[in-house]
Amino acid sequence: MSFEAFAADWPLVPALAFQAINGFASASTLFLVAAGLSIIFGVTRIVNMAHGSFYMLGLYVAVTLAPLVPGPLGYWGAVLAAALVMGLLGALVEITVLRRIYRAPELYQLLATFALLLVINDAALYFWGPEDILGPRAPGLTGSVALLGRRLPEYDILLALIGPIVLTVLHIVLTRTRFGRLIRAATQDREMVAVLGINEALLFTAVFALGAAIAGFGGALQMAREPANLLIDLGVLGDAFVVVVVGGMGSIRGAYLAAVLVAQVKALCTALGIIEIAGISFNMSKLTLVAEFLVMAVVLILRPHGLFGRPIPPAHHRGSVEAPLRPLTTTGKFSFIVIILGLAALPFLGAAFSYAPVLALDVLIAALFAASLHFLMGPGGLASFGHAASFGLGAYGTAFAATSLGLDTITAFAFGIAVAALGAALLGSVAVRLEGVYFAMLTLAFAQIVWSVVYQWEDVTGGSNGLFGLWPDPPFDSRTGLYLAALAVTVAGVMLLRYLAFSPFGYGLRAARDSAMRAEASGIPVARLRWLAFIVAGTLGGAAGGLFAFAKGSISPEAISVGRSIDGLVMVLLGGVQSLAGPLLGAGTLTVLQDTVMRETDYWRALLGGLILLVVFAFPGGIAGGLALLARRGAGR
Amino acid sequence: MSVLAVEALSKSYGGVQALDGVSFSVSAGELLALIGPNGAGKSTCFNIVNGQIRADSGRVRLNGRDVTGASPRRMALEGVGRSFQVAQVFGSMTVRENVQTALLAARHRLLGFLRPAATLLRAEAEALLEQTRMAARADEPAAALAYGDVKRLELAMALATAPRLLLMDEPTAGMGVEERLALMALVRDLARTNGLAVLFTEHSMDVVFGHADRVIVLARGRLIADGTPQQVRADPKVADIYLGRRGGAE
Amino acid sequence: MSRPMLEIEGLDAWYGAARILFDLSLTVARGEAVALIGPNGAGKTTTMKAIMGLVRRHARRLSIDGQDVATLATFRIARLGVGYVPEDRRIFTDLTVAENLALARRPARAGAPAWDEAALFALFPNLAGMLDRPGGQMSGGEQQMLALARALVGNPALLLLDEPSEGVAPIIVEQMIETIRSMKARGLSILISEQNIDLCNAICDRTYEIEHGALRPGGLVEKNSSRPQNE
Repeated sequence: MSFEAFAADWPLVPALAFQAINGFASASTLFLVAAGLSIIFGVTRIVNMAHGSFYMLGLYVAVTLAPLVPGPLGYWGAVLAAALVMGLLGALVEITVLRRIYRAPELYQLLATFALLLVINDAALYFWGPEDILGPRAPGLTGSVALLGRRLPEYDILLALIGPIVLTVLHIVLTRTRFGRLIRAATQDREMVAVLGINEALLFTAVFALGAAIAGFGGALQMAREPANLLIDLGVLGDAFVVVVVGGMGSIRGAYLAAVLVAQVKALCTALGIIEIAGISFNMSKLTLVAEFLVMAVVLILRPHGLFGRPIPPAHHRGSVEAPLRPLTTTGKFSFIVIILGLAALPFLGAAFSYAPVLALDVLIAALFAASLHFLMGPGGLASFGHAASFGLGAYGTAFAATSLGLDTITAFAFGIAVAALGAALLGSVAVRLEGVYFAMLTLAFAQIVWSVVYQWEDVTGGSNGLFGLWPDPPFDSRTGLYLAALAVTVAGVMLLRYLAFSPFGYGLRAARDSAMRAEASGIPVARLRWLAFIVAGTLGGAAGGLFAFAKGSISPEAISVGRSIDGLVMVLLGGVQSLAGPLLGAGTLTVLQDTVMRETDYWRALLGGLILLVVFAFPGGIAGGLALLARRGAGR
Repeated sequence: MSVLAVEALSKSYGGVQALDGVSFSVSAGELLALIGPNGAGKSTCFNIVNGQIRADSGRVRLNGRDVTGASPRRMALEGVGRSFQVAQVFGSMTVRENVQTALLAARHRLLGFLRPAATLLRAEAEALLEQTRMAARADEPAAALAYGDVKRLELAMALATAPRLLLMDEPTAGMGVEERLALMALVRDLARTNGLAVLFTEHSMDVVFGHADRVIVLARGRLIADGTPQQVRADPKVADIYLGRRGGAE
Repeated sequence: MSRPMLEIEGLDAWYGAARILFDLSLTVARGEAVALIGPNGAGKTTTMKAIMGLVRRHARRLSIDGQDVATLATFRIARLGVGYVPEDRRIFTDLTVAENLALARRPARAGAPAWDEAALFALFPNLAGMLDRPGGQMSGGEQQMLALARALVGNPALLLLDEPSEGVAPIIVEQMIETIRSMKARGLSILISEQNIDLCNAICDRTYEIEHGALRPGGLVEKNSSRPQNE
């Protein structure tokens, strides 16, 4: 049988093979980012949130340099130069920022590197502007090869080969060279490496530079495939996190295997296109993100540390232990009531404060969002980098129910909360199997997936435009009515969280955070308690999202992007994670800052990044911690 | 009848036989020490009994019930209390809250939401603290305790499940000589009054020979001796493999 | 008298926010073996870590062979000829025995015994036969030997040994005593923290007792006749 006849009988086969090669090309790109991320984490124990930024900058540098010299020399010279520049930038970043946070608590490290991401993104905006920049095509590789009746770009074939080549080179470096042995030794015990007379500061810088250079190389190679733009840092970071979690943190082999697995599953979905099962047609190419999630869920359920991962050895230093939580004193209760009454009186103060209720509504929503995240982070001990997912599910659930389903305001709000709770129950069942940075990475990846689904599922979510025309029914249709309702919901939510923290459930949760081992040995169902906490946090985060949808009258993907998650984290840290009042203070401070200072500039990301670095370096206890310290000093005198 | 009966446990890791047909038992009120060189299989054996790892073959029975392969949490609810080599307590809670939490877990009351936990099982928590001589420290944060007190708090928490068997992994590691002897005397008291069976591993020979009722010795995954401290100390096989010519005297 | 190998005067050290050492002073003369004894939590391990620069510390004087090291980074202190064997050994379990040793090798220095392969394997005959074995597949006793050997290939002048007998079978402790004595016999200066009095007596010339992070008053014991004379 001729191939043509075969292809005619089995139209899927060539499509699958074609997509498979494509998948290997994408896998190489993913691997180049994930490998650096993994090596850096192994040695420094820092999850570099800014790793996608090196990838993005690599691409920008390459598209800028390549046109300077014509021909292959210009193209490949630019790729290598981009890798080199990123290596140097990586070294600079390690020396100026990372060295100061090696001994900081995990969460601060994650946030500090995220601040870098924000600053780098705005720097790119400053240098290259907001428009996409197209790069040249690779000279000599612009053609395509005929394969199974299709045309396969030569450049994709080259990319597909680069992954395994880099994998092999890295493997040789790690096993055969002194530098590689040092990396392996430091991955296990960096302190001992210094004890043997090795300059570990230099080693850390070199490792960080290496990782950044590989990411920059990966970004530069994309020059012929996609334009440089400001969104790819976060886009590639989410994917790289999935790859690293699936492959196992610190394993290079695992990273490649996982990259292939993830890329191939996506390619498979694309190749299948629209299929019909039992009369219902599914557009598989729109399910790629769901497929990615499923791959990750299955791997993590079977192997909690990923395909080749091992449990992360505990760090040799620990953050300070929290002081026991105490119920509010009479003074505390009194102040709480006064603050609520003051907030309730705000709309009636007249024209002099006409803007105040608008700002206060934003603060309330932020406070509920931050308090719900704090419940997970503080008593739960689980820092979610994807709390925007709950916010988004609540907001979209509410908006969908109110507009498309035509439900009344209260029912729509309840519907939104239920969607958020269900989503949290589903995502939480996978996420609570992990701890620490794995949990942070996984939740961030989840939120990216929720965002992408919202972005792509136009029939339900309105795609990039979002849902609008959301009008609450009376009595919530007035500013005052909506504001008072939001106040009631927020106060109820915050009180519920506080109450839970002091309930037996809260005790069990805090116990599991302090020592999961002791908790298990005392018969505490650690995973179940964490799952419930995840649902509680998700439900109230969803309530904040529902309020947001009504407050703005619309909801768009931008409002539920990763920036929302980070805002929540910054609020909690700004206020102080060790206190139940902290997130409320933080929410107030950040929201007011955003509504005043940050509104005035195009470079609010850099400003936010600077604020985060300031908190991390100068005020690690947050506002509440600072106040408590002042109070103690005052009492001591 | 013995509280814990271990029957022909075997476990291997990639070709290395960590445990090879080990059997022993502990009765109520008895302190049994498990000793042996590093890598002899002590931790493997210990972690199989507490549910941390699974045996390749063999049985673990608790009061006659087969509990082979049960999770650490289930073992706790079946009446096994544990203390860790590096004492583990809930540092951000007060001493009383630590014990209350352990009691709430043991009674399956952790999912209660109706009343603040601080008021629940308070008297019982204080009774346990009284037993371990920690009552005076009830309101202190656990993270601020001296190490000897942390050990005693951990003991109070282990007792919260009303265990029949207490598993102690190197109970006196990291303690001074006097503290060690005081802790073991307390454990012995508790074992006698509550009819507890105690299985512990230990490197400190003064603790083993001063406090154990019976000693078992593991070497290369096999049980090579089982007897009173005097019998084990006199055993030439044990001297060759573990104690040496000076009989482990310190 | 020549200058001491290690001289500490007024050493304070912190672990996080907690202060562990209070005004500690001690010396180790060239070629001398000195024991640091005391209950766990007394500050023995912290003393060693403070010498290596692994914890936050402050001292009026902290010098190695006359050179001030109070503000130096860990790797620089190591390069001055200080070997450190931590209590939990901390060998690189992913690396083979040969790789563990290769990473630690440093050039020989004047005034310190040199440990070439022959001298090393004469002391640790077992290691010679397992050079390609990953550290993670060694027994506890073998790992302890590797930890010692790894410190020696750096050709140190001063060796800090933190509780070498902790968690080791009594019979291995007896072998270890012989090994450490022959290291000392070649001129190595040793500071050893121990709870095992036999081991201290068999090896050490002097003993410091510490308690609650400070020297016990009168806690310096010169070598005396109670030490078993069994060489």
